[in-house]
Amino acid sequence: MIRLILSRLGQMLLMMAAVSLILFAVFDTEKYRKRIAVAELGGLAVSALSQSDYDAWLDKKGLNAPLHTRYVNWIAGLTRGDFGYSIEKDTAVGPLVGAHLARTGLLALFTLALVIPLALLLGVLAGMREASRTDRTISTIAIVTTSIPEIAIAIFLTALFALGLGWLPAKSAMHGGFEMSKLVLPVLTLVIFDFGYITRITRASMAQVMGAEYIRTAVLKGLPQSRIIVRHALRNALIAPFTIIVLQINWLISGLIVIETFFQYGGIGKLLVEAARFGDVQVIQAITLLAVAAAVLSQLISDIGYAWLNPRMRSGAPA
Amino acid sequence: MNPARQEYPGHGQQVTHNRPYAIATLAIFAWLPLMLHVIAGSRLGMARDWILLPAIPAAIVLFLIAWRALAHSTMARTGLCIAGFWIAMALLAPFLPLADPNKPLAPFAVPGSTHEGYLFLLGADMKGRDMLARVVWGCQRVIVWGGSATAIAYLFGTLAGLAAGYWRGWTDTILSFLGNVALSFPVMVLFILILNVLGPGGFNIIIAVTFASAPAVMRIVRGLTINLREEAYVKAAQMRGERALFILLVELLPNMRGPLLADLALRLGYTIVAITALTFLGLGLQPPDPDWGLMIAEAARVAVLWKFAYMLLIPALAVTSLVLGFNLIADGMTGGRAHANVAPEPAP
Repeated sequence: MIRLILSRLGQMLLMMAAVSLILFAVFDTEKYRKRIAVAELGGLAVSALSQSDYDAWLDKKGLNAPLHTRYVNWIAGLTRGDFGYSIEKDTAVGPLVGAHLARTGLLALFTLALVIPLALLLGVLAGMREASRTDRTISTIAIVTTSIPEIAIAIFLTALFALGLGWLPAKSAMHGGFEMSKLVLPVLTLVIFDFGYITRITRASMAQVMGAEYIRTAVLKGLPQSRIIVRHALRNALIAPFTIIVLQINWLISGLIVIETFFQYGGIGKLLVEAARFGDVQVIQAITLLAVAAAVLSQLISDIGYAWLNPRMRSGAPA
Repeated sequence: MNPARQEYPGHGQQVTHNRPYAIATLAIFAWLPLMLHVIAGSRLGMARDWILLPAIPAAIVLFLIAWRALAHSTMARTGLCIAGFWIAMALLAPFLPLADPNKPLAPFAVPGSTHEGYLFLLGADMKGRDMLARVVWGCQRVIVWGGSATAIAYLFGTLAGLAAGYWRGWTDTILSFLGNVALSFPVMVLFILILNVLGPGGFNIIIAVTFASAPAVMRIVRGLTINLREEAYVKAAQMRGERALFILLVELLPNMRGPLLADLALRLGYTIVAITALTFLGLGLQPPDPDWGLMIAEAARVAVLWKFAYMLLIPALAVTSLVLGFNLIADGMTGGRAHANVAPEPAP
């Protein structure tokens, strides 16, 4: 178990190193250096600079140092919490990303708080009796909702609840402080976008467990159905969904980007899109690194959690 | 590790005829004209529309083959009809009696209204462009870019997966690590990153999709190759002294077509969603191209009344139906297990 954790941790660090190097190298070109110069000195000043003056400026900013030195400097800055400077928003990236991250976190929290119980409940109900009417209904709903693109879900919900019925605001930009009503449509969209997949995994896992010998034994012993499901089946059936819930963080992040932009919700996804449109390099770097860290960390949690939940993996058998 | 990960969709099922390479050729015949029409259209002049003609019979034959192969599943056949409808629209767009998709005719004309003798069946957008024409032409864009991107991702992913799974050792270690690095990015973040470096546009979307999808394809092909390389017919080919390339392409690849085709159908759907989303975010195709994502992006700013919600609903319904079509095909092929392996990227 300890070895598994250590090897996964090692893999994670290697992965983060590779990703950060890629991120650094991609944005470490003449074009982007020039952009920093323009932002700092002004466009006219840069075009008036002679090549030697420009080089001197680069030297002063440490932009002419060898690649590995600059990479180490950048990483050292990150560990101090210095994520660079946003050219577009004219602030430090750290606090900017932090504020947006809090808003996205709120959105994700509400979404997961609804998705996890809903998906597990539906999955267990469907998997309890395979091919029953409940199973068919739930499975069909799950297939259809996973097939609808997140942008289309957002449009259907907006058209129905905001434009048609007028119950909820269509856009979620919270200029005048936090408003719960503006959070409803984005959360609802993400729930519909997200729950189908976990439901299907839970269903498959539950159906597999219900077909196992020990469940048949429990049935033949004459135990009541409710006791079989709660005491015997759920324990094993929920292992696979657990790993999936953590793993689909990646999937959720992709959905968040589109949905935050559609609803004009000021979270990290919208910030990334704006930074990408504007070419705000250090914001893109910070958010990408954050997203990958979240993804890699969730993979680590999922692997370790799976090993811990599954007794067969706990004895140190090869992963 | 994870029970869901060890099974592959449609494994061992007969989903096509026995001549995968003949069918692949046919698919290229249907594809190439459409691609030329969209990508190199402006340079073809008069030939622009006529170049599509050979693609129409090829597409019909392909549809009939798929129809027969999917006989066991009504769901898959329904999906095939939906996808087939949109592909037909893409091929027939220049020959249909449609208005110019970029010509302003009657701003804010609601669906079903008539202006100057022209019936706006699906209405017109805020600039007065016919929605029906834009939806049909937009479907051509999304199918061509989505299809080409998926095809190229498949090419690289399959080759890398075959190499990693067949030779194992260092090849496998390096390719798998690179794949895992790419897969550790959330897909949309990776797209935004690549398009930001390369700039927006159709060809760069293909590159971005290749980076995002090829590693996932590689993982599937690698797993299948590892399973299949122990089979007797592979051993026999090795004994005969066949070259590795022959074994990979003639012995191994055709035998994994079942799971691969199911994944292909799903991945086409996801790529189309991704392209629509990217264009919506302003990072994909650029105006005035008629494209579903652009239609949504432009309408999102103006459609604030129920009366004009059709401007958003029509492209949303279009993209949903196309993706649903591909997903139903995949689900029908695998007996409902397709999503278990592809949707969010599983762990390495």
